[in-house]
Amino acid sequence: MDILEILFGASFWAATVRIACPLLFATLGELICERAGVLNLGIEGIMTAGAMSGWLWVYQGGDLWGAVAFAACVGAAFGLLHAAFTVSLGLSQHVTGIGVTLLASSLAYFVVKMLLPESTTPPKIEPFAIWAVPVLADLPFVGSAFFRHTPLTYAAFLVVPLVAYVLYRTPWGLAVRIAGDNPVALEAQGIDVIRLRTLAVMLGSALMAVGGAYLTISAFDAFYFGMVNGRGWIAVALVVFASWRPGKALLGALLFAGLDAFQVRLQQQVGAFIPYQFFLMLPYVLSIVAMVIVARKAAYPKALLKPYRRGERL
Amino acid sequence: MRLELRESTPWWLALAAPVLAITLSLLLACVLIVWTGESVVAALRLMLTGAFGTTFAATETLARAIPLTLTGLAAGIAFRARFFNIGAEGQLYAGALAATAVGTGLVALPAPLMVTTLFVVGAAAGALALVPSWFLKTRLGVDEVVTTLLLNFVILLLVGYALEGPMKDPMAMGWPQSAPIVDAGLLPPLIERTRLHAGLWVAIGAAALLWLALRYSPFGFAVRALGLNADAARHAGIRPTRTLFGVALASGALAGMAGVSEVAGLKGYLTLDLSPGFGYTGIAVAMLADLHPLGIVLSAIFLAGITVGADSMSRALDVPSYIADVMVASAVLAVLVGLMLARYRVRRH
Repeated sequence: MDILEILFGASFWAATVRIACPLLFATLGELICERAGVLNLGIEGIMTAGAMSGWLWVYQGGDLWGAVAFAACVGAAFGLLHAAFTVSLGLSQHVTGIGVTLLASSLAYFVVKMLLPESTTPPKIEPFAIWAVPVLADLPFVGSAFFRHTPLTYAAFLVVPLVAYVLYRTPWGLAVRIAGDNPVALEAQGIDVIRLRTLAVMLGSALMAVGGAYLTISAFDAFYFGMVNGRGWIAVALVVFASWRPGKALLGALLFAGLDAFQVRLQQQVGAFIPYQFFLMLPYVLSIVAMVIVARKAAYPKALLKPYRRGERL
Repeated sequence: MRLELRESTPWWLALAAPVLAITLSLLLACVLIVWTGESVVAALRLMLTGAFGTTFAATETLARAIPLTLTGLAAGIAFRARFFNIGAEGQLYAGALAATAVGTGLVALPAPLMVTTLFVVGAAAGALALVPSWFLKTRLGVDEVVTTLLLNFVILLLVGYALEGPMKDPMAMGWPQSAPIVDAGLLPPLIERTRLHAGLWVAIGAAALLWLALRYSPFGFAVRALGLNADAARHAGIRPTRTLFGVALASGALAGMAGVSEVAGLKGYLTLDLSPGFGYTGIAVAMLADLHPLGIVLSAIFLAGITVGADSMSRALDVPSYIADVMVASAVLAVLVGLMLARYRVRRH
């Protein structure tokens, strides 16, 4: 009874769309990295740095799309750092990722604390305004659910077919996919595997950072410490759940966001009996469940986690 | 550029890795300090005196090194077997929660027995927290990095629920904290009027024990073999699943014990901010020591010193204490390069 009430409310679907966006950016970014053969565990830190960068750009008087571009650049920089360690030097992708996460988030917090030493509440900025799609926004149910969002929200959903197109219909995308499955074949074609993987990781990291920036310049209006709150790790789980395909990544992100939006509303109805912490646990538990479900038939990119060393026999 | 594995690494070269790491992280810290406009010399001097300058500072550093040693050991043994346990933070809280549940009046035992019981219970809880990730990895091939990480959030929420509900201290004026540990369960202070407590012996003892086990016991051999080459280990008759189970138990137990030592030694009761990221810093501690148990003790003292020193410095100058986290993170990355240079010879084509 209550469940149907929730599901048939337009606000639930609108919330699902909003919650899915940072996950979409992050999942697609991680997907690109892993398709190229690199597990990028710096995602949580890169999202934090992206969130801070986006906020900082606007706080210093810049425009919102400039903030998106700035966040993307910051993400790409950390991606370059990660790739230098894991792709060029072939060092442990696990430890490098954790190091990048720690570095990116601590640098972000350092910068914020340095610029605003006295403030206890983060200063607010003017985030993206909701832009109603001309005709579609006036439709009865779907209008308020899907067509009254910020421009960055629409961008998140447009990035899905864009990534799919690049990955499956361009020569570069094909090279990225081969780099993750059989890099030697790529080298045989005369393509520099190191450079390609590095570029893929930079691009993926840029997307991740934009996902973080979404939190500060679209979803909320300030930078809070700990605001990413594990979304990066959830994105890593979602990539596995999506079998490394952009379309399924969209499905996974929407499913997850839907469950998160549902859990919040369910709290309001059943909150008296079950403590709120158990509702908050759901996203993390469900991410683990999602990974377990696809575990048996997980189609890992075959060269994932294997550093490529030129001339080395595999 | 080609990497050629060295036949053997001279001891001075092996030390080069952490030394390089520390130097690079100091350089980065200097750059950041210059950016804040403060004097580099003053800042570094304040950090040094803040960490080791007075007896009180030194005890603060050592007190902070206790949980770092234990979580460092937890990460150390896990990473040795290439079981990437990033869940030490959650396991620490699990251990702390269990110790609080038992140690706030549930049982009444004489002091030595009580403290031992708390450690056993906490170790068990920490180990239990890691078993699901072990199961998922060995039976279903689910990457343990993500599962251990996500479980951190779940465990922390569980602790939050406990502190606001069943384990809330009715006399704490509304703050979400647990009832205090009974006196018999508290770890005695080593030096009067300081926060340095007997957990130090637990940490050092655990390090020594782990070193002996890794070096001289069949289990330790299996762990090292598994980490170096899983296929070769399997050929030699070592059973990966069973060995990893032992590793999971040990790693989780050590992290759980870190939680117990914080609750029963440092604070005396459980709060949500018991650990400022000891679980994650433990990874840095372990990496800096190249996963060597005895080196981990030194590495923990060093990283504790950085944190305590940075805290102290940030109170005197306008340098945010996050500089410590930046230094730790850059040290982790730098030590990776250092270890590579120590292990491999770099050759041009």
